[in-house]
Amino acid sequence: MRFRLKEGGRIDRTQRLRFTFNGQSYEGFAGDTLASALIANGTHLTSRSFKYHRPRGILTAGAEEPSALVQLGEGARTEPNLRATQVELYDGLTATGVNAWPSANCDFAAWTGRFAPLFPAGFYYKTFLWPASFWKSLYEPVIRRMAGLGRAPEAPDPDSYDKMNVHCDVLVVGGGPAGIAAALAAGEAGARVLLVDEQAALGGALLGLRHHVDGADGAAWAEAAANRLATMPEVRVLTRTTLFGYYDHNSLSALERRTDHLGPRAPAGTGRQRLWHIKAGRVVLATGAHERPLVFADNDRPGVMLASAAQRYVNHYAALPGERAVLFTNNDAAYEAAHDIVEAGGTVGAVVDCRPEPAAPLAPALKQAGVPLHIGSVIAATHGTKRVRSVTVAKLGEGGGPSSEQYRIYCDSVLASGGWNPAVHLFSQSAGKLAFEEARGIFLPGQATQAVEVTGAANGSFGLAGCLAEGAAAGARAAQAAGFGDGTAPPIPSSDAPEPGAITPYWLAPGQKPVGHGKAKHMVDHQDDVTAADIRLAAREGFRSVEHVKRYTTVGMGTDQGKTANVNGLAILADALGKTVPEVGFTTYRPPYTPVTFGALAGRDTGPLMDPLRRTAMHEWHEAEGAVFEPVGQWHRPWWYPKPGEDNHAAVARECRAVRDAVGILDASTLGKIDIKGPDAATLLDMIYTNAFSTLKVGRVRYGLMCGDDGMVFDDGTTARLGENHYLMTTTTGNAAHVLEWLEEWLQTEWPELKVYCTSVTEQWATVALAGPKARDVLAALAPDMALDTDSFPFMSVKEGTVAGVDARVFRISFTGELSFEINVPWHHGRHLWEALMEAGAAHGIAPYGTEAMHVLRAERGFIIVGQETDGTTTPHDLGMDWIVSKKKPDFLGKRAWSREDTRRDDRKQLVGILTDDPGTVLPEGTQLVDRPGRPPLPMIGHVTSSYASPALGRSIALALVKGGRGRKGETVHAAPESGFVPCKITEPVFYDSEGAKRDG
Amino acid sequence: MLWIDCPWCGPRPETEFRYGGEAHIARPEPAATDDAAWADYLFMRTNPKGVHAERWMHREGCRRWFNALRDTVSNDVVAIYPMGAPRPDASGDEAGDD
Amino acid sequence: MAEALAPRSPLAALADALAAVQAEGVTLAEQPARARLNLRLDPKDAEALTAAGAVLGGSLPRTPNTAATTVNGKTILWLGPDEWLVTGPAAEDAALEETLRGRLEGRHHALTDVSAMYATLALSGPRAREVLMKGCRLDLHPRAFAPGACVQTALARANVILHQAGDVPTYEITVRNSFAHYLGTWLLDAMAEYRPA
Repeated sequence: MRFRLKEGGRIDRTQRLRFTFNGQSYEGFAGDTLASALIANGTHLTSRSFKYHRPRGILTAGAEEPSALVQLGEGARTEPNLRATQVELYDGLTATGVNAWPSANCDFAAWTGRFAPLFPAGFYYKTFLWPASFWKSLYEPVIRRMAGLGRAPEAPDPDSYDKMNVHCDVLVVGGGPAGIAAALAAGEAGARVLLVDEQAALGGALLGLRHHVDGADGAAWAEAAANRLATMPEVRVLTRTTLFGYYDHNSLSALERRTDHLGPRAPAGTGRQRLWHIKAGRVVLATGAHERPLVFADNDRPGVMLASAAQRYVNHYAALPGERAVLFTNNDAAYEAAHDIVEAGGTVGAVVDCRPEPAAPLAPALKQAGVPLHIGSVIAATHGTKRVRSVTVAKLGEGGGPSSEQYRIYCDSVLASGGWNPAVHLFSQSAGKLAFEEARGIFLPGQATQAVEVTGAANGSFGLAGCLAEGAAAGARAAQAAGFGDGTAPPIPSSDAPEPGAITPYWLAPGQKPVGHGKAKHMVDHQDDVTAADIRLAAREGFRSVEHVKRYTTVGMGTDQGKTANVNGLAILADALGKTVPEVGFTTYRPPYTPVTFGALAGRDTGPLMDPLRRTAMHEWHEAEGAVFEPVGQWHRPWWYPKPGEDNHAAVARECRAVRDAVGILDASTLGKIDIKGPDAATLLDMIYTNAFSTLKVGRVRYGLMCGDDGMVFDDGTTARLGENHYLMTTTTGNAAHVLEWLEEWLQTEWPELKVYCTSVTEQWATVALAGPKARDVLAALAPDMALDTDSFPFMSVKEGTVAGVDARVFRISFTGELSFEINVPWHHGRHLWEALMEAGAAHGIAPYGTEAMHVLRAERGFIIVGQETDGTTTPHDLGMDWIVSKKKPDFLGKRAWSREDTRRDDRKQLVGILTDDPGTVLPEGTQLVDRPGRPPLPMIGHVTSSYASPALGRSIALALVKGGRGRKGETVHAAPESGFVPCKITEPVFYDSEGAKRDG
Repeated sequence: MLWIDCPWCGPRPETEFRYGGEAHIARPEPAATDDAAWADYLFMRTNPKGVHAERWMHREGCRRWFNALRDTVSNDVVAIYPMGAPRPDASGDEAGDD
Repeated sequence: MAEALAPRSPLAALADALAAVQAEGVTLAEQPARARLNLRLDPKDAEALTAAGAVLGGSLPRTPNTAATTVNGKTILWLGPDEWLVTGPAAEDAALEETLRGRLEGRHHALTDVSAMYATLALSGPRAREVLMKGCRLDLHPRAFAPGACVQTALARANVILHQAGDVPTYEITVRNSFAHYLGTWLLDAMAEYRPA
């Protein structure tokens, strides 16, 4: 740690940590970031740049870092593109710089830099135009390997993540002096306060400065404030937490890094990161400011960094940026960085100030320390390859160009400061308007659209005293607005920091050759390798809108969202267009402020918790029997029950045969059930269904189709009349919630005069369908008191009674064509009923059957499934179900639409049966149908909606929707699966027992 | 995340609600409605930039439908009112915006 | 005869995990089966309100997001302006329904037995609120959500009735059967970080 100061800083010298970076071993101290530890070791080269593979170093000391991006860790836990400036050091850390192969020090692709003239702005659009097929096969894979920053891990993430939802009266974002003052003021007023800060400890900029607050060292004051906040029961402070998204209605999201700083020592059971969803009454943004780089020739060479970053490395981490630094500035405040380096025992080779007559308060002290001052001058070149070795300083001549008065100054670091940009990102995300201030060349928060206030440096108050005062006032105001306190700010702490001083905005320093000529690059966006020349080129090529220039040049489009690049890029564009900055406009910041891991966004919603898996009362029985499950909505239904040695086809065929020849049972609990009560229940159902339900007799059941007012079928099912004013409706499994909402919507919004209540009872009842010629025998054994003969219990009727000792409702309905009973018992007796039926049916060869067998059986009988035979454009007439459409009812949902021209067309797709000429061919569902084979494109006349191997028929069967299909029975058409054309015949859509002889057993 | 003030249950996150599209579209008397007007009822909506009268239903809660005036630019919910009630004025400058 | 058969809980497959759960500051337990009736009636029908209140031993709560306990030992949860969930000991199931139905005869109402439709889990202890905050968007702070508060909302990815039954705090989470296994699994997972070392 050659560049580590002997004393000072806020690191723990008693804890030495070992780490590996780019294959080399280093040591650092607890409290270091990866960046500060590297700087303490004299390493500035971290990675290679995105496009030109230029050597890149550490530019900043915080979240705005565009350049020192690293791949942290290995294997399943590796994480790409982390900012070295925000990675807290832990023992055993390993990381590599991104974009470098085999290493940042010896990068194979650095040759691209020598061909830089070939890669101007928009080069993707210009270069890889043709042939089109090369894009996928050649260009994209190569570009992806060369660029794209770090690598995503390939193994499942072994860490866990979770979420927390929190409400507060006042949210304070940023734990610097303004944020602390705001949180104290709001907390003391009694408000529920949440303070979030991205660093490990509160203090913000104070941690990198040498100023005092209330007579104490800034960091000590912050620590005392943190202790005070901890005593307030309604105040919560989250450190290591980045507020990354500001959404509507004061909803915000933050990412807390709970164990990242512990590395392998993270305790088991604690999630790695936590996503906080925050709902705030008022928000106080105290997000500080980011120092703005100066744009000068080869300003991206390792060793070039922000002045405030160097200052932070010295004061916070006790690490000097190098042997000898040169400061390049356009403002007074940056002199403090040079001053602190000198105070700490470092060497500053020169101060270069582009202003003709600067009057920085610290200039005399620096002069006295022997630091030469070059005023009205710029750095016109940096020299060195993987590290700055010297710079050329040029006196500015008339017209702002470099004069011949030039000096070569030896240095190994350059501290550059172009002033400060308020961190208005979150304010911009909140849909607040930004206002440009000409004097300092900064964007300030303007009109807010949400309950938010911006304070401190984020509001352009760069002085410490101002931050403390503004923060306290903002905190008190926010608390008052939320109903706490009278808005009076507590006493403001005193501080010894000087005011920030003067600044002259300066956007582009001339090099030794005109911008864009020669090899020097004036880097604007370090992450995306966008130069001043690129922006000027875009302007010359006719781009005017800042939004277009951004996308064309990619300036500000990296993972850093141009925190260091945007304002410089905008000013350079404005200059090239001959406009002012406000005239050019500004792009909107969007979430996330810094990248968020997918793991945190998913939280616990992964694996078995990804989505609720809805279970019936018999679910565990199905599991134990080895059922293969099919997801139907959120339900998991048994698909088939394979016996040892059976494949799915064999299992389904066996289950079908059991139903046709003996008896089968199906878990039908997932069907929706809606209890409908009230004097107007019949009126409601007459409007909802296409057929009449007011004429249904008590104790009887009727099948119905539901249509929207557009005339299209959207659900079907049976409804029983249990009493004069009492119906029980069943719906399809996937549509249960939707149908209940449909009924409630009409009742509440269109027909509020109807006296009807609808209540879901889907999960009150477990339902078992018992189907097959032996069904009556099995049920009789369990329901000795129930008359089951056809006369006493006719088809489409319902009975209440006792089955297997349990109160039950039994429906005689059939979805298979076989004699069938649907037995409903209270849910918590469902398993009992199922097992009793299996036992009673054993002698009859009972078999459980799954949804696939159910589909085959119903297709053999030509029964439709809504969502399979229908797709939202299918009317009852298209399905050949005119028989279920009332001719008598004056009005019901759907009726009016059927007289529209479109629904009366003769060539609408109509439901038909399809039999392949080869009985062994089972067409894939969705297969398109054409009239005759040929070369595509061919007119498509329809498609297969259902297709199965039918055990009962010993051949394949299919249902299809075919244009004008009903008039084409007997004709040959061709199905067009991928394998070729398959001739088949159009038939009736009923294949088995078309007279319904089997339904009574 | 919008927070919508259910008239019964109070402020709830938008994920608890079902959006019901534009409000005040009454079902016309079918027999007295020609094809064009029926198509208008089925398919045509105003989609304004600014204050929009729309229906919401508190699906995860009381399951009641209600109307809201929401500014489609700012997402501000400027009024909540019952089904069947006429559209209120959404303050002077916004009234008649659509 | 039906009464003789013990109901099988939709949480049966989680019974061992629930019995074994250990977490500092929070407990989770399934509540015994109880009678539950869904009651709909017009809140403007004063006679119906009075009749129902007389049977139940206390008036139906009219304030949204609340529950009321009656002198007859019923807990009545507000579900909507014209909808309540009446709960009581399981043994009263049929009798309660019959009495209520009789008293509301002739008035427009709907009384639906939903006793077998839900499972109820009690989450209790100083950390219970934090466990819920992992999956519930609502403000559960004591200033906003006190004993007697009762809401229908989403917990994780399931719809629940969340009733604060005590100030420990104790929350009763009522969930439809098909979601019970998911929600139980989710709660156990959310409590895992408080497992004693």
